[in-house]
Amino acid sequence: MPAALETVTSPAVLAFLLGIFAALLRSDIRLPDPVHTALSSYLLLAIGLKGGAGLREAGLAEVAVPVLAAVGLGVVTPLIAWGALRALTRLSPVDRAAVTAHYGSTSLVTFTAAVALLESQDEPYEAYAATLLAVLEVPGILVGLLLAGGAAAAAGAGRAEAVREVLTGRSILLLTGGLAIGALATPASYDNVAPLFVTLFPGVLVLFLLDLGVLAGRRLRDVPAAGPGLVVAAIAIPVVNGSLGVLVGTAVGLSPGGAALLGVLTGSASYIAAPAAVRLALPQANPAYYLTTSLGITFPFNLVLGIPLYLALARALG
Amino acid sequence: MRNVPVVCLTIVAEAVVEARLLRDLAAAGVRGWTLTSGRGRGTSQVDASDWEGANVRIETLLSSAAADRVLAMLAEFYFPQFAVVAWVSPAQVVRGDKFT
Repeated sequence: MPAALETVTSPAVLAFLLGIFAALLRSDIRLPDPVHTALSSYLLLAIGLKGGAGLREAGLAEVAVPVLAAVGLGVVTPLIAWGALRALTRLSPVDRAAVTAHYGSTSLVTFTAAVALLESQDEPYEAYAATLLAVLEVPGILVGLLLAGGAAAAAGAGRAEAVREVLTGRSILLLTGGLAIGALATPASYDNVAPLFVTLFPGVLVLFLLDLGVLAGRRLRDVPAAGPGLVVAAIAIPVVNGSLGVLVGTAVGLSPGGAALLGVLTGSASYIAAPAAVRLALPQANPAYYLTTSLGITFPFNLVLGIPLYLALARALG
Repeated sequence: MRNVPVVCLTIVAEAVVEARLLRDLAAAGVRGWTLTSGRGRGTSQVDASDWEGANVRIETLLSSAAADRVLAMLAEFYFPQFAVVAWVSPAQVVRGDKFT
């Protein structure tokens, strides 16, 4: 599978692996916190702007069906994750709900890396795909918290606060804001800012992935404590949900590139929006489980193997 | 100048509860505070600073009775679930009515 080799040898993935390596050596190459925050703001806005420009070109009619499909997937994929966790692990219902919320939501950086791969391979995709990212970010977290049922109710105000945290958090606001700006901007004015937000984008992604590699590497130390069932689930869930995303994407008429991106979205796990929301709404859940699976296992898996797998599946179907 | 005894209440908490904690402090009658951020690790083993941002340290001067009320609130809603510690130390201030 040449796509897999191309992914692994891309500077972005190699920088990520360097970050993991540094974390395993306990060497501190982390970027300062404000730089990390600034880079993630940049990525969110850049992805939003690009999606918004695509939205303007596509028009509402073309986007409506894929968006509805994404909403449906946002509800179904956490239920699949819940079932898989139930079958494969002995997590308590609260911990299972916490992990489920992460798999229901989606990962901006995985999506971004997939976009970078598609562009490096000249694989066309629907430019409005970032809209699907914005749509998929929230429902999974809500479904996860609902599945926690009584456990979340015990935390009372926590659930409402968690929902507000997600909706007003940086990721949703910058992403949807970027989509709106991109959709409203004229092509000429968009071209003016393109050198910063489009041309520099792959380079900034390399820096951000280096930093995320360190964070993921630190999480890897907790993997043995998670137990084999959870490790298997952290790989099985993205493969199943990602393949489902590709199938649905192909069925609603997306190009192979677009269907692969939808697979990446449904197959990836959140580690920015979901952890904060879950920590507030389900404080009794153990963060070691949900951070280790989403950031320590699923994210690296998707980055190296998942993305090329979803793309290969989409090409085979399309 | 006459010094008035008050107490300094210090709370160190994981970042995710900051907004909620400040709201609850205001509701408990705390009128002012100083907030700084830092890193650390505690017995809860939740080292959340990687993904939530740095821990927050909130310091406020208040009467001993008010500090007890805040500590009771923390004991009920925060200590069991979140990475939060708090302690009280004696302090002397000049403008006593500002803090009590």
